[in-house]
Amino acid sequence: MKTTFLRRSAICAALAMLPLSMSACSAGSLGSSDDSAGGATEITFLVDNAPSTVLGAEALVEDFNASQDDVEVTVETRPQGGEGDNLVKTRLQTGTMDDVFAYNSGSLFQQIAPQETLTPLTDQPYMEQIDDSFLPQVSAGGEVYGVPYGTAFGGGVLYNKKIYEQLGLQVPKTWAEFIANSEKIKAAGIAPVIQTYQDTWTSQLLVLGDFHNVAAANPSFAEDYTAGEAKYATDPAAIKGFQHTQQIHEQGLQNSDFASAKVEDGIRMLLEGTGAQYPMLSSMVATAMTIAPDKIDDIGFFALPGDDPATYGLTAWFPGGVYVPKTTTGDEFEAANQFLAYLATPTACDILTEASVPTGPYLVEGCELPEDVPQVTKDVSAYFENDQQSPALEYLSPIKGPALEQILVEVGSGIRPAQEAAELYDQDVEKQARQLGLEGW
Amino acid sequence: MATTIRSSPSAAGTGRARRAGKRHSPYPGWFYLPAAVVYGVLFLLPTFASFYFALTRWTIFDSEFIGLGNFVQFFSEPALVKGFTNTFVYAVVTSGAKVVLGLGLGMLLTSQIVGRGYLRAVVFFPVLVSSVGVGITFQVLMHPTKGAINAALGVFGIDGPGWLVDPSLALLSVALVDVWKGVGLATLIYMAGIVSIPKEYYEAAKVDGAGSWTLFRNVIFPLSWPATSTVITLSLIGGLRSFDLIWAMARGGPGFTSDVIASVIYKQYQAGFYGLSTAGNVILFLAVTALVVPLTRFLARKEVEL
Repeated sequence: MKTTFLRRSAICAALAMLPLSMSACSAGSLGSSDDSAGGATEITFLVDNAPSTVLGAEALVEDFNASQDDVEVTVETRPQGGEGDNLVKTRLQTGTMDDVFAYNSGSLFQQIAPQETLTPLTDQPYMEQIDDSFLPQVSAGGEVYGVPYGTAFGGGVLYNKKIYEQLGLQVPKTWAEFIANSEKIKAAGIAPVIQTYQDTWTSQLLVLGDFHNVAAANPSFAEDYTAGEAKYATDPAAIKGFQHTQQIHEQGLQNSDFASAKVEDGIRMLLEGTGAQYPMLSSMVATAMTIAPDKIDDIGFFALPGDDPATYGLTAWFPGGVYVPKTTTGDEFEAANQFLAYLATPTACDILTEASVPTGPYLVEGCELPEDVPQVTKDVSAYFENDQQSPALEYLSPIKGPALEQILVEVGSGIRPAQEAAELYDQDVEKQARQLGLEGW
Repeated sequence: MATTIRSSPSAAGTGRARRAGKRHSPYPGWFYLPAAVVYGVLFLLPTFASFYFALTRWTIFDSEFIGLGNFVQFFSEPALVKGFTNTFVYAVVTSGAKVVLGLGLGMLLTSQIVGRGYLRAVVFFPVLVSSVGVGITFQVLMHPTKGAINAALGVFGIDGPGWLVDPSLALLSVALVDVWKGVGLATLIYMAGIVSIPKEYYEAAKVDGAGSWTLFRNVIFPLSWPATSTVITLSLIGGLRSFDLIWAMARGGPGFTSDVIASVIYKQYQAGFYGLSTAGNVILFLAVTALVVPLTRFLARKEVEL
């Protein structure tokens, strides 16, 4: 009996190992695309696995595949966030990247060492279709490496318009007004400010989305920050975001389950009206669309207000890019190039608009937003049209400390006060700058 | 099976016999070569390469020698002190609980009880499940408002805590799951240890009028010491470098409250600081070695001869 049990366990253990070794074998097939079906060159397109991204990518690929016979694109997905960053870096490093892949622009793009891993696309004819504001976000060493994928978006507050109407509230133009609104919402028994710390990255909105106000108060902040002269802990404008995060916790303005909620829970609260305001990226309206498309126009968007109503405006994010790694060569490169040229056309914009909600303006010439976009998209586009926007810090400086999200979860959970947190973040920034090998740190 | 697990005295004897026989071995030393190549390429080479890369600023494709900068940086890492404390707490709590529960379950499952084979399988089963799977499952079960655990507690009128979101509880909740998952292996080792104790000792003790406590205190516990030392060593090493469960369940959070050294290191890697994270691994390697080598020596000295 004893021995049979032990022997059986050993067999079980051996069986348990089996899938491991099998999955290890398949890793080598990731980069290969040599098999051709019916003469068409097959290439793969790697996107993140957010439902709206996947929908958009699949619609694009379907339309592109149908439009010609030479190239057959298939979509592959990867995790979002830090795990996705890692996967992209690892694949680039080991030469197993897909033929074409979508990834962030700005500082994250700089961190994948574009000059060493990507094929420059500067001279490709389709580059002329791209909005000039986008090119610096996907350029390194004088070469351009990507075409925009999706729309620009803003970091600010998604809010429930019905609640605002019922309580007779106005869109706040200063932080003090925002807090006053929140207190009234709280008095009405609704969670005023939604926070979702189970998805840690969401904790950063009150700091990163406040950058328009930082730049308005101190126009040289980005430059001084990159040079190591301006610090979050000592700059009176920059530390505001940390203080605001602390304030909403101390005044009890958060939803009660802030520590365990995820983005989808937050969006759901907003749609159901159990939460009124959600500091978030406007691109998350796409998630709202997949949850309750009929309620989408109950949700509006406003930029995070600062202290001065005169400089009120939006912190803007650029769309990510689509890139071709150096490992894609020959026929595959030609095919990839053809796909990128397609992405830079109004047709592609329209397909994308149909498949997933646009969350701001496109940065490809000739692309127009249709009339029936959600309220949030209209609100965001208004800031762009009125020129009340400036880019987020990640587009002006290569330095972004990796621990910001955890630090802000601590601030927003009452574990660490704002001043101490800002100092801690400055250390984190210093580490990043040193690891990037920047001058003067 | 049982006899092979039984330890030192007999093993020493066969060892001597083997050494004597080796001189006349018909097999040449070259037979070691395939294994040596695998061991060298997959273990020795990366280990020694890591000592070098720990001294560099290492990005995607190139590395630049920067001396001990990474070690200075790693030791000034704010989360490091918390990480070390948490690692230590986690390792001690999990290995302690595994010894106590493993011994208890081991004795229970070697005694004459109904459904013994089934119970053994049940206890061992969690060991076979992937840590990440277990982590994600328990993350759902431990959800403060929607989780099954708090819902069950709610039936009895108990307001369950936020297992993974309460900063003071998160680490212990993960440790609890680690124990649930790992106790099967500890039980298995104890069962082997207890079964290998010769029947004569029990009989002699019973003749002398020993009760069950005396039997445990003077026979089972001392004579299953090799099992105890194996369990302690394995689970302590496991606890010190534990990562998968902590990452799957809490990602070191909320904030940095459940960060252990391994998760601090992983975050450096995730941020693209490959040199820095390698330096962290070298430090972890040295720390684990410094703790485990003396511990195994100490435990080996306490073994009694059967």
